[in-house]
Amino acid sequence: MEDSKVVLLDLWASSFAMRVKVALAEKGIKYESKEQNLFNKSQELVEANPIHKKIPVLIHDGKSICESLVILQYIDEVWPDKSPLLPSDPYRRSQARFWADYIDKNLYITGTRVWTGKGEDQEAAKKELIELLKTLEGELGDKHLFGGDTIGFVDVALVPFTSWFHTYETWGNFSIEAECPKLIEWAKRCLEKESVAHSLPHPHKIYEYSFELKKKLGVE
Amino acid sequence: MAKSDVKVLGAWPSPFVMRPRIALNIKSVDYEFLQETFGSKSELLLKSNPVHKKIPVLIHGDKPVCESLIIVEYIDEVWSSAPSILPSNPYDRATARFWASYVDEKLFPSMKEIVSADGEEAKKAAIQVVVDGLVLLEDAYAKCSKGGKFFGGEQIGYLDIAFGSYVGWLRVTEKFNQVKLLDEAKTPGLVKWAEAFCAHPAVKDVMPETDKLAEFAKVLAKARAAPPPK
Repeated sequence: MEDSKVVLLDLWASSFAMRVKVALAEKGIKYESKEQNLFNKSQELVEANPIHKKIPVLIHDGKSICESLVILQYIDEVWPDKSPLLPSDPYRRSQARFWADYIDKNLYITGTRVWTGKGEDQEAAKKELIELLKTLEGELGDKHLFGGDTIGFVDVALVPFTSWFHTYETWGNFSIEAECPKLIEWAKRCLEKESVAHSLPHPHKIYEYSFELKKKLGVE
Repeated sequence: MAKSDVKVLGAWPSPFVMRPRIALNIKSVDYEFLQETFGSKSELLLKSNPVHKKIPVLIHGDKPVCESLIIVEYIDEVWSSAPSILPSNPYDRATARFWASYVDEKLFPSMKEIVSADGEEAKKAAIQVVVDGLVLLEDAYAKCSKGGKFFGGEQIGYLDIAFGSYVGWLRVTEKFNQVKLLDEAKTPGLVKWAEAFCAHPAVKDVMPETDKLAEFAKVLAKARAAPPPK
């Protein structure tokens, strides 16, 4: 296992790619990151992910694994000894998968509507975003982290999006911390971990990038 | 396990509800099937799945598990003796999960597009999208089955359950649109696979007959045209 080659087809600003980076860092796995350009897709990306042509893609010993939550489970299963992401109890595993799925169904789409939207749609998206973050806050409860005392599957699935919070807040003209203070505290606790701090870009960099992205996406 | 220890909340036409039922059958686990009344949501459902308020829900003892594919993985892990539902190798597991996600996020919405497509041209285009998706799954089948009858090889597995639960609705779509989606020319492997899947002992009592499902589809279409009763 030590000599196996691990490559990540990556994008520095992607929350989905950040998930994989946090997981690999938690497990102490060395890998090569290959930054991709989704506006001019590389041959390597198209071959590794012919169905969706999206990142992240993990390439392990020449075999590609796509879809960030699928990749997280793969990493957890191939390198089970260090920092397990999913708990061992089947019911708790199902709960962790449920909340990661909940995040996947809603957060990216709603967040995108907040920072790219206008008028009524933006206002509706802001409300929905706060509701879903409050739901997640409720699930966190009094726990130190979603995984309990250590970083778990749901922490890894969610924390990357916190690098986009400043972007959502600035474009949407609202404060996530005001509505969800416990979640922001949780995010700060996660950032104390090296695996998270080294994988998440500074929120200001994401905000600067959002201007560029708006131009590229043709959104005013 | 006493029968009442395991309950599935659901409805017979739902492909998502079929999934945990097939999984429980594979594991020879008895369960009580509690059917929701069409058009309303029971107290038990609202209590067990407050976030999504959707079926299926597995209630094991007093613990609810939601989301059909998450339930299937839970069943495989709790009743861990053979036959296994997920493949044993991590790469094969990732492949099965990838394609299960594909059928839910791409294939099923594209099937719904056929229903909502307005006019001949739009319908033809929507049908082509589904056929293109099935051709990709034909290729996945060839790779995953490794010579066996099913995506899981010799035994039915996770991806068979995920994709196979849509076969009834694929057949209804074929019937209503006078078109072959699973086609001998383009997807010969899947044609054989669908027959084998539907005939499997864990599936055959759970997969509704196409005609019965077609009747239900008409009821569903009418209900969607008019606002549902409270």
